[in-house]
Amino acid sequence: MNNISQEKSLLDGLAKEDKASIEQIYRDNYTMIQSLILNNNGSTDDAADIFQEAMIVLFEKSKTPGFELNCQLKTYLYSVCRRLWLKKLQQMQRFGRQSEDLEDVIPVEDDLEMHEKRQLDFNIMENAMSKIGEPCKSLLEAYYIQKKHMLQIATEFGYTNADNAKTQKYKCLVRLKKLFFAQYKNG
Amino acid sequence: MEDTLLIDAAERFARGEMTAEEKIFFEELRKKNPELDQLVVEQLFFLNELERYGSTKNFRHILHETETKLVNEGLITKSPLQGKSKVVYLWNRYKRTIAVAASIAGIVSLSIVGIMSALHNEKNANINLLVSKMRDQDKQIRYIKSKTDKLAAASEIPPVVVAPPIDANFRATGFLIDANNNLIVTNAHVIKEAKNHLVIENKKGEQFTAEAIYVDPATDLAILKVRDNTFKKLSPMPFSIRKTNAELGEQVFMLGFPKQEIVYGEGYISAKNGYQMDTIYCQLSTSANEGNSGSPVITKNGELVGIITSMETNAEGVVFAIKSSNIYKAIEEVKKMKDYSDTKITSQPALKGTDRVSQIKKVEDYVFMVKGN
Repeated sequence: MNNISQEKSLLDGLAKEDKASIEQIYRDNYTMIQSLILNNNGSTDDAADIFQEAMIVLFEKSKTPGFELNCQLKTYLYSVCRRLWLKKLQQMQRFGRQSEDLEDVIPVEDDLEMHEKRQLDFNIMENAMSKIGEPCKSLLEAYYIQKKHMLQIATEFGYTNADNAKTQKYKCLVRLKKLFFAQYKNG
Repeated sequence: MEDTLLIDAAERFARGEMTAEEKIFFEELRKKNPELDQLVVEQLFFLNELERYGSTKNFRHILHETETKLVNEGLITKSPLQGKSKVVYLWNRYKRTIAVAASIAGIVSLSIVGIMSALHNEKNANINLLVSKMRDQDKQIRYIKSKTDKLAAASEIPPVVVAPPIDANFRATGFLIDANNNLIVTNAHVIKEAKNHLVIENKKGEQFTAEAIYVDPATDLAILKVRDNTFKKLSPMPFSIRKTNAELGEQVFMLGFPKQEIVYGEGYISAKNGYQMDTIYCQLSTSANEGNSGSPVITKNGELVGIITSMETNAEGVVFAIKSSNIYKAIEEVKKMKDYSDTKITSQPALKGTDRVSQIKKVEDYVFMVKGN
C-alpha cells in the first residue's frame, strides 16, 4: 500500500517536473536498466540514453489527463526501455540477436507510438524555433515556456513598454506558426 | 489588427485570463462565426504544441541535470572517453569485431606465408617440362592399339616388318636436322626419361630405335641417331636454322606431339630471354602441352628459331624455347666425335612464300615423336 502511494506521488512530481521526484526515479531504477542494456550488447552510454528517453515517455504519459499507471513503475520503465533498445538494435542491425528471455513485459507499443509522434512534433517545433532567429526565439521562449510576464520581458529585452513587446511577440508567433505548420502538414 | 486581437483573445482564453463577461462574449462570437472558431482552434492547438515543446524541453534539461548529478555520485557510469578508460570502453564495445578482424587477419597472413614459402621452395616448379609421362591407361591403349595394328598388318598381303612397338612411358617431340646421318634434335630432359628404350615414331606410326649421341643438360639439347636400317632416308629438310636471335613479335608456328598425333600450334615471340632471364631461351606466347618438348618453332619464312622446352605453370600461355643458335654449338660438339665428323645441317629452304598448309605438309615429315621407357 505504502509502495503504491509512494509511486503515485513520484509520478505526480514527475508531471510537475519536480527535480526530487525525477532523481528518485533514477535512483530506484537506473541500475536495473543499465544491466539490461549492458547484457544486450549495449554500452553505459546507451543505457543513459535509453533511460532518458524512457523518462520522457513516462513524463508524457504522466501529463495526459486521467493518467493512471496500472502496473509497477519499475515494470513500466523496464518494458519501455526494452522496447526502445530492441528498436535501436534493429536500426543498428547489430548482432541481430533478440533477447526474448526478458520477463515482466507489459505492452507499451501504444505509449511508444504516442511518444514517437510527440518526438516528431517536438523536432518540428525545435526546427521552426531555430529558424525564426533572435530575438524572436528568446522572446517566445520567455513568454510561452518560461511563462514570464510581458512587463518583465519588456524590461529584459529593452522594449519601452509591454505593448511594443507584445506586438513584436505576435509577429514572431505568426512566423513561428507559419514555419511549424508548413512542416507539420508536410510531415 | 484583427489577427493580433484574435491571437491575444485566444491566448487569454486559453490561459483563463478572461473575465467571465469576456468569456461569454468570446464563446458567443465563436458560435456565430465558424471561421473564427476554426482560427481559435488552430491557435489553441498551436499554443498547446508550444506548451508541450516548452515542458519537454524543460524536462529534458532537468533529466540532464539529474543525470550529471548522479554520474558525479557514481550511480550512473558514463564513459568519459579519456585516457585508459577510453581504451577499455572501446575494447568492451568492439571486442567481438576486433576478435573477428584479428582472426581473419591471422588466417590471411598465415596463408600468405604458406603460399610464399611454397612458391619459394619450389621455384623451379613454376616451369613445367613438356615431356608427357604416360600413365598405365595410356600404356594399355597403346597395347591394344599395337595388337590391332598387328592384326591389321597380318591381314595385309605384304607384312611390313617394323620394330616391335614398345610400351613407352614418356612422349616428346624431335625433328631431323641431318638427313645424311639421320640425326634428330630433341631436349636433354626428354632423353633422361629413357632408361631402357628410346624410339622415334613418324606420323605414320612407324617406330625406329634411336640412340642419344649427344646430351647437354646446360642447353637442354640432345641429338639422337636413328639406328634402324628400316628408317627411310629423307631429303634435306625444308626449313633453315637461324643463327641469330628471333625478334620480338615474330609470328611462329610449331608442330609437336602433345597427343598421339601431330598437333599444329601458332604463337609469337614475346620475350628475348627465358624464365628468370635465362639467355639460352626465348619466350613465346602460345599454348603448349606435355609432349611438346622438342617441338620445332618455325617462322613464316621457314626459319627454325627455337625448340620448345617448358612452360610457366602460373601464367597462361607462357612457353620457353631454346634459341636455335644453340643447335649450331651442339653440332660443332658432335662433329668432334668419332664417326660424326661429317655431320652437317642439311637444309634446302622451301617454305618461303608458300601458304601455311603446304608448309606444314612439308615440315611434318621431319618431325618425330620421341618416346621410350
